[in-house]
Amino acid sequence: MNFDDTPQEAEFRSLARAWIGANAPKQYEEELRKSSLGRTQLKNANILEVAKAWQKKKADAGWACLHWPKDYGGRGASPIERVIWQQEEGAFGKLSGMFIIGHGMCGPTMMAFAREEHKRSYLPPLASGEKVWCQLFSEPAGGSDVAGLRTRAEKDGDDWVINGQKIWTSGAHYSDYGILLTRTDPTVPKHKGLTMFFLDMKSPGVEVRPIKQASGASDFNEVYFSNVRIPDHQRLGEVGDGWNVSLTTLMNERSAIGAGVSTGFPELFEYCSSLMLDDGPAIEDRAVRSKLANWAVKASGLRYTSMRAISALSKGERPGPENSIGKLVAGSMIQDVATYALDLQGASGVVSGEDGELAGRFQAMLLRAPGTRVEGGTDEIMRNIIAERVLGLPGDIRVDKDVPFNKIPTKGR
Amino acid sequence: MNFDFSDDQKQLRDQARKFLTEKCSPKTVRVVLDGKAPYDKELWKGLAEMGFLGVAIPEEFGGAGAGHLELCVIAEEMGRANAPVPFSSTVYLAAEALLIAGSDAQKKKWLPAIASGEAIGTLALFEGKGNPAPKNIKLTAANGVLNGVKKPVADGAISDFAVVAARTGSSGRDGDISLFLVDLKAGGVEVKSLTNLDPTRGQAEITFKDCKAEPLGAAGEGWSILTQVLDRAAVLCAFEQVGGSDRALEMGRDYALDRIAFGRQIGSFQAVKHMLADMYVSATLARSNSYYGAWALSTNAADLPEAAAAARISATQAFQHCAKNNIQVHGGMGFTWEFDCHMYYRRANAMALGLGSLSYWEDQLIDHMRKKNAA
Repeated sequence: MNFDDTPQEAEFRSLARAWIGANAPKQYEEELRKSSLGRTQLKNANILEVAKAWQKKKADAGWACLHWPKDYGGRGASPIERVIWQQEEGAFGKLSGMFIIGHGMCGPTMMAFAREEHKRSYLPPLASGEKVWCQLFSEPAGGSDVAGLRTRAEKDGDDWVINGQKIWTSGAHYSDYGILLTRTDPTVPKHKGLTMFFLDMKSPGVEVRPIKQASGASDFNEVYFSNVRIPDHQRLGEVGDGWNVSLTTLMNERSAIGAGVSTGFPELFEYCSSLMLDDGPAIEDRAVRSKLANWAVKASGLRYTSMRAISALSKGERPGPENSIGKLVAGSMIQDVATYALDLQGASGVVSGEDGELAGRFQAMLLRAPGTRVEGGTDEIMRNIIAERVLGLPGDIRVDKDVPFNKIPTKGR
Repeated sequence: MNFDFSDDQKQLRDQARKFLTEKCSPKTVRVVLDGKAPYDKELWKGLAEMGFLGVAIPEEFGGAGAGHLELCVIAEEMGRANAPVPFSSTVYLAAEALLIAGSDAQKKKWLPAIASGEAIGTLALFEGKGNPAPKNIKLTAANGVLNGVKKPVADGAISDFAVVAARTGSSGRDGDISLFLVDLKAGGVEVKSLTNLDPTRGQAEITFKDCKAEPLGAAGEGWSILTQVLDRAAVLCAFEQVGGSDRALEMGRDYALDRIAFGRQIGSFQAVKHMLADMYVSATLARSNSYYGAWALSTNAADLPEAAAAARISATQAFQHCAKNNIQVHGGMGFTWEFDCHMYYRRANAMALGLGSLSYWEDQLIDHMRKKNAA
């Protein structure tokens, strides 16, 4: 057991530190440091442009998608080197937000299932951020029940013709490509009739409509497909094997463990360290200390759990479903943390936006937090995954499991 | 970075598990639980023969000279087996206090006896209600004799010697406290066993009446030594708690697979599945925090006080959570004396208090985090 860098790791760290020191967009560092869940915009610049420029700069110097093979735009780095990079990148890592889906899920799926020529042409611009990707899985009829999706793909010559609707697609409005899970055979049970493709989001018949979220912001979209044509060579995996392909995508999402989930704890600790309550400094109040300590050990527990996973990964072990705990713990925690920060503000906690405490940082966090407990698998799905795949408890009773998809009863559709 | 135990250490853990599975079944734990013996003497002897009691004691003092990481993996198995022996008092508290502050003669006298299983030791710190704090120590030491009452003292009734925290000044500062070493068999003490939450680990009241004692460490250094001992013990106890959490979770999981109600395994109901998933989450967070504590302990890192507090809080919560929900999964049967669930419930709640309660460790954690942030 050793927390310190090996000589090689120390060398990598100093290399990374020097390069970041010389090249990062420092004019935004303070603002990025203060950004948090629900508030990730820059005041005087478009964060998407700043993020793309930083990503391109990293790619040109060989610092993008560290763990990807060099041929596809990466660096071929080890899992631990990736963690070191993230530690050194610090607040600038927040600029990677718009690339998480592409780099964490679409890229690895392409690597596993796309043709070699497609990998060589599509992956490097994905790594460099010149092209942004999204993932088109969820549908109005298939949220937690992803395999219940209804978007149809029908073969027509060498093309597939897509009709249907996706929902909750992060970043579809600025994406160039997407991976798309469709139903190609409604006459077989639901998991068996799915097929995966990738497509150009500028294809005729693709329409993106932003969703106005409960928080007021729009990070997600509905995407409509009307007779969209996708050539068969853009199919990922076999016809009817889309469910297995999507599991690869989801497994890779879990291995994007180093990315780290936001708990809100550092923000709350910093806030309480300077906050004065009626009776004195918040940090000296018994009740505040107790709350902080309880959240502190959750945050550190998650941090060290991901370090254990990275140690296992670097010994060649596969990332397992154990990593589902990160989002499960962090999701409800950040919601509770935001609620508590507002409680400490008393009546003025109700004021959000620029006139609020810390320019409404915790108010924005509170309003964005419910989404974190739903996106990428609800808390309930995460608990099912842990119960079934880690603890070996029986699966839920699935009455539609062996029924042909088009015979599954629906209501109102 | 490598955030895992080595293959040798994992092998030691397997060896300890195998040994304890054979020698420390719930049936043998129940002999002590039912009050038929104060502790499991055979098991204690066996632990000495296996070299587990002295695993972190240097070879020159009769130990195996391995280290704290090795002790952590053994601690985990002791917690898992709910072992009814004075392991934590003797090995985490008394031996660690001697290692930190003992003179060469004191180490030579007691450490080999601990490693060989001949001597049981403990720390006499508490005096009734309250958490570890200099102001709570009233027992006095003057001219080499102690006067006062310590309560509760873990394993006090079966201990051969005790490290005793005593007041040697009245300035109101930490320097008022000094530590002493007392041979409990030499007279001047009165020991009374106390009923307690966890009968598999005794608690006692010890009255010192003009009891002869020798200083352990320099005068006025007692509090500083004590906090170091408590930090080390917090990490080691956290591993016991992690082992106990895992076992309680397994018991609940196994019962949920076995028990049929409403025509289904009860483990197929989401209410039960999700309860067990949440237990797994607590146990995992506790394990990860404890690993960091183990690293800090084994390297004597500057981070040790913070790491120890985090491990302590996380592991205490996890063990309490897993032990209570294990009973819930078992339903009515879990609330019988006959089923083993209550042994873990008792141990979890007793351990939550033994080194000071959660509020003490929450304060420790926040104080150390503040210091680090200010630096």
